[in-house]
Amino acid sequence: MSLPSISATTPLVDVSHVTFGYGHHPVLLDVSYAVMPGQFTGIVGPSGSGKTTLLKLLLGTEKAQRGTVSRAAGVSMSYVPQLETVNWNFPVTVQDCVLMSRPARRPFPRASKAERADVADVLERLGIADLAQRHIRELSGGQQQRMFLARALVRRPQMLLLDEPTSGVDVQTRHEVLHLLDDLNRDGIAIVLTTHDLNGMAAHLPHLLALRQRVIASGPPSEVIVPSVVEEVFGARMEILQHLGIPVVVDTMDDTTVKPAAS
Amino acid sequence: MSLFETLLDPFQYQFFIKGLVAALLAGGLCGLIGVFITLRGMSYIGHGLSHAIFGGYAAAPLLGIPIVLGAGLWGLASALAINAVTRRHRIGADAAIGVVTTASFALGVALLTKFGNKGPAFDSLLFGSINGVSIGDLLLLGGVFLGTVTIFTVLYRQLLFSTFDPEVAKVSGVNVGLMDTILMVVLSMSILATLSIIGVTLVAATLVIPPVVARMLTDSFGRMLWIATALGTAAGAVGMYLSYQLEIPSGTTIVLVNAAVFLVVLLAKGAKGLGRTAGLDDHTDASATGLVTAAAPSRV
Repeated sequence: MSLPSISATTPLVDVSHVTFGYGHHPVLLDVSYAVMPGQFTGIVGPSGSGKTTLLKLLLGTEKAQRGTVSRAAGVSMSYVPQLETVNWNFPVTVQDCVLMSRPARRPFPRASKAERADVADVLERLGIADLAQRHIRELSGGQQQRMFLARALVRRPQMLLLDEPTSGVDVQTRHEVLHLLDDLNRDGIAIVLTTHDLNGMAAHLPHLLALRQRVIASGPPSEVIVPSVVEEVFGARMEILQHLGIPVVVDTMDDTTVKPAAS
Repeated sequence: MSLFETLLDPFQYQFFIKGLVAALLAGGLCGLIGVFITLRGMSYIGHGLSHAIFGGYAAAPLLGIPIVLGAGLWGLASALAINAVTRRHRIGADAAIGVVTTASFALGVALLTKFGNKGPAFDSLLFGSINGVSIGDLLLLGGVFLGTVTIFTVLYRQLLFSTFDPEVAKVSGVNVGLMDTILMVVLSMSILATLSIIGVTLVAATLVIPPVVARMLTDSFGRMLWIATALGTAAGAVGMYLSYQLEIPSGTTIVLVNAAVFLVVLLAKGAKGLGRTAGLDDHTDASATGLVTAAAPSRV
């Protein structure tokens, strides 16, 4: 969908030795991370580990307090927030919503033919073309996620950033979202997402960044989803098994297992 | 006098015609801008702002400044201050708005009581009045209306995006801060222009009721803008007419007509209509999450 005009060896966004905090509370300490063209990365960590903050630094909505964040000239990025960040009762249709993110080129509200065709194309690609005229409240969780993706893609980004795209959706939707993202990545779009779901999401991604204030580990799942890293990031002992070449994290909880009440 | 003559009686007076035109414009303007205000969960800001502007109304003549200019600057300053407070998203924004605007209102009451009244009458500022609408007032109202429609037309998509999802709008290149400021300026100018027709204490109702009724009638943002404007205009006209016939302050009758329309639509649409207005006054928080779960079956 988009043709990366930037050379494959120049990072799209380069975060270098960045420190960031809210007030006196440090969230990220000396974090370095470069998003390369075509990369597909999952930032993993528990709540409060700084995942979303790192995403915001990449997007440019937060500024580094120490260190630098540099972007390749002319890089275009789109953002997919968590579903619950908007009011789904807002009076717009799916088409209206996707159209919003296309920069207006005409000084009046009505969308041009070309714009409507663009929106129709993206909706078609995401398999929700038949929902274009529906009110957004009528969508299921998976359809809402697709609509957000459509809104992001209509801008033809080189880079797509998603905040917890699979939190709160069911297993089937999670699979569909993963497949969709994989397709988009094959088209050359760099993808960075945050997730705390090691088994359902992280283990299936090509590249991971384990975060807990600092970058604890970075690389393919086989190198990141290992006992030492997982324990340091999540602060709990977990056993890791291998299933069809994919790591599976098992939360053993030996001493806290709830026993059936004696009858 | 026959019934027919009684009904047409007010139309022979210049002051009534001017009052009627002013009410049409004021009602429509408030209905139109109210769509953005309610969808952004800013109804309380509208209410506060009208009270803040009252202080400017009272203070301006004492300082020897033309009322419209003085109250306008006062209102604008309050609007931008409120905007700055709300954009910081700190707990207590509501309290800050309450303090700033009611203090301004109290100052206005104090000044008017102590130094007497050099501008519009006290109670007509509070509840609106059919009397004393000048050609200047009409020109101001018409100008603000035209300016508002122009801004909403040209910046339609940016304003809509920054209202629906400010975070993503910002990332997508929309100057969200500028859009917020523009809306606050439009809002304070509208309140200023309509204040003497509808009154400080009642402006909030004309900002809120037409959009809420429109929301009950449609799921489309574009149609909501039209319906709210039309309803506001109609309620303004009918209210002004009743104000003359019943000899009640015009703001009061305009709001009562609005409220009656709300009741009728509520009865006609029932719970379904009201359900659409859910989340109107909480822009991005928990109740929206509740809706997601309610609206999202577990299968695609």
